[in-house]
Amino acid sequence: MDQQAQRNTEEPNIEDPFSPSDQGDRSLERDLEASLALQAENLTAILLDQIDEAITHYPISKRSAALPLLHLWQNHFGFIDESGIEWIARRLDLNSIAILELVTFYPWFRQKAPGKTIIRVCRTLSCAMAGSYEVHEKFCKSTGIDPCLEGHHGMPTSPDKKFSVEFVECLGSCGSAPVCLVNQDLAERVSLEDAEAIIKKYS
Amino acid sequence: MSSLIEHPHPRERRIVFENAGKPDYTPDIETYLAHGGYVEAKKAFTMAPEAIISEVKASNLRGRGGAAFPTGVKWGFIRRDDEKPHYLCVNGDESEPGTFKDRYILHRDPHQLLEGMIITCYALNIHLAYIYVRCEYTHAKAIMEKAIQEARDQGFLGKNIFGTGFDLDIYFHEGAGAYICGEETSLLESLEGKRPYPRIKPPYFPAVLGLYMSPTIVNNVETICHVKHILRLGSAHYAAMGTPGDGGTRVLCVSGDVMKPGPYELAVGSVTLGELIFDICGGLRPGRSLKAVIPGGSSSKVLRANEIFKIKAKADDGTMIDKEVPLLDMVMDAASVAAAGSMIGSGGVIVMDDSRDMLWALNNLNQFYAHESCGQCTPCREGVLWMSKLSTRMIGEGAQASDASMLHNIADNIAGRTVCAFGEAASWPTQSFIDKFPEEFGPRA
Ligand SMILES: Cc1cc2nc3c(=O)[nH]c(=O)nc-3n(C[C@H](O)[C@H](O)[C@H](O)COP(=O)(O)O)c2cc1C
Ligand code: SF4
Ligand code: FES
Repeated sequence: MDQQAQRNTEEPNIEDPFSPSDQGDRSLERDLEASLALQAENLTAILLDQIDEAITHYPISKRSAALPLLHLWQNHFGFIDESGIEWIARRLDLNSIAILELVTFYPWFRQKAPGKTIIRVCRTLSCAMAGSYEVHEKFCKSTGIDPCLEGHHGMPTSPDKKFSVEFVECLGSCGSAPVCLVNQDLAERVSLEDAEAIIKKYS
Repeated sequence: MSSLIEHPHPRERRIVFENAGKPDYTPDIETYLAHGGYVEAKKAFTMAPEAIISEVKASNLRGRGGAAFPTGVKWGFIRRDDEKPHYLCVNGDESEPGTFKDRYILHRDPHQLLEGMIITCYALNIHLAYIYVRCEYTHAKAIMEKAIQEARDQGFLGKNIFGTGFDLDIYFHEGAGAYICGEETSLLESLEGKRPYPRIKPPYFPAVLGLYMSPTIVNNVETICHVKHILRLGSAHYAAMGTPGDGGTRVLCVSGDVMKPGPYELAVGSVTLGELIFDICGGLRPGRSLKAVIPGGSSSKVLRANEIFKIKAKADDGTMIDKEVPLLDMVMDAASVAAAGSMIGSGGVIVMDDSRDMLWALNNLNQFYAHESCGQCTPCREGVLWMSKLSTRMIGEGAQASDASMLHNIADNIAGRTVCAFGEAASWPTQSFIDKFPEEFGPRA
């Protein structure tokens, strides 16, 4: 309620409330500087260019580039760790909580390394009616993943780290159910045999 | 991405899908130009902006994103010549279970969307626009960004487009796996780089306080594509394809227990539900009978196969009478589906035959809503979890005789008590499944 009331009376304000402050523990800060410097060495020129380019898409507010930067980071490193959050926050002149809260909210982002091949099986109604639970079980069995493992911040991953398998909600292809995303590619009308073949192909 | 779209049914009337459905059609600008591309964008600049808005109003185009709100009326909320910047955000989040139409436009016909956006931006005095697309459409970014670059190279985007002195930049923005970002104010928060908590209306109507607190139009991908065709065909012709107040064509995405699921672009009101299922989609699997239909995405209320509902109709002597309509005779336009107590929504038609267990199906949907609530309001955040736990318990162990009424009660206490329409979206399945199929929600042996 309070927050709401405040919102209503506030002047339209697109300035960022999360600007970094200069308070805080100095020694922690030094550690962080060191780890950020290390991180920066690992950023390739290409990634840095992509980051600069993405920011130009948001002339009104740099903060809008948060999701694009997180995507670029995750595509590059496979996941987003603490130093990534810190680096992006600095790049956008934000406090790191403003980035961390995105990583923890959006299911697509993860904070731990996934398996080499990521399989996302659609769990929702049309796919479930077409057998997606069986397909999911098949993927888990063939890769040795415990399907009871939940949570997207560390994906259920096979012991050999070759596969991560997770259920996701409707992938927007219900007409060719059941579907799954294998890394970047959509597999449609996935039968149990298809599932087996996918595992073979990516093993 | 399969051939689902490549075999139009003879009853289809393809406008938006006309090119995307051609097997040899490619997403590059040369192909688009060879198929009449950007003709209407150029024409738009010879018209007064107000004339374009009037055309869209007269076309009776309704939004294809879920609420079926008249697009021209929405555009009318923008004051073209106020001092503020205006924005257009195209909603390509397409996460409503059962919906799969925008994906074809985004992957196969990107320039059609850009052309619709150019016309819209000119009409509403917008110089910066975003296309918000779910990141699960993994190839859409590369395809759309290539198209944007091609259009820039041709002088159709950027500074002084078509040599008219009008500037327009369009950028692609990827979501990150959250259904709630399809809700328009959530989408705007997400675009601002924040947690996508929906904003409360009033005062945050996008057309008043939208992106960066400026007037903003949020329209669905399909809706924006129709704008080109309204200019091409003329609003009178476009409106005449549909029913009064609901013009043009609409893509219905059929999934579930039919022989030929797929996206079908049909003149609005040109088919009944029965024709859609049995003529166009090849009917049910052999030996099966129809049990239930969810007509407009998972959030719309389920309809029972043998249901008969009443509508107001004109009798021969001109008086209004109650007419009884069996479900299969329900016309697939916004007004008729609303009269049957549900909604046309996003056009996602999910068909269930007599092999389906309604409790199981509801439990599946409840898990969806439990996963997707943004958590901002207590009735929704807590309620959807309770609903999902309860329906899970009813299937498995520990079910109690009172569970169905408790489940219904929880839904009743979410709807109408939340910041955004997700509250209703999450409650309607539970309420309608229990009301329509009470016999399946009793105690199980
Ligand atoms: C929970 C929720 C999810 C939604 N998801 C979508 C979506 O994925 N795509 C979409 O176009 N509209 C979606 N909408 C509707 C939008 O809020 C908005 O009404 C629509 O984009 C407006 O476009 P239109 O007028 O062209 O239909 C959703 C609404 C709600 C309440
Ligand atoms: S109704 Fe649900 S999804 Fe909408 S704002 Fe409230 S908690 Fe979030
Ligand atoms: S339900 Fe699986 S893609 Fe929609």
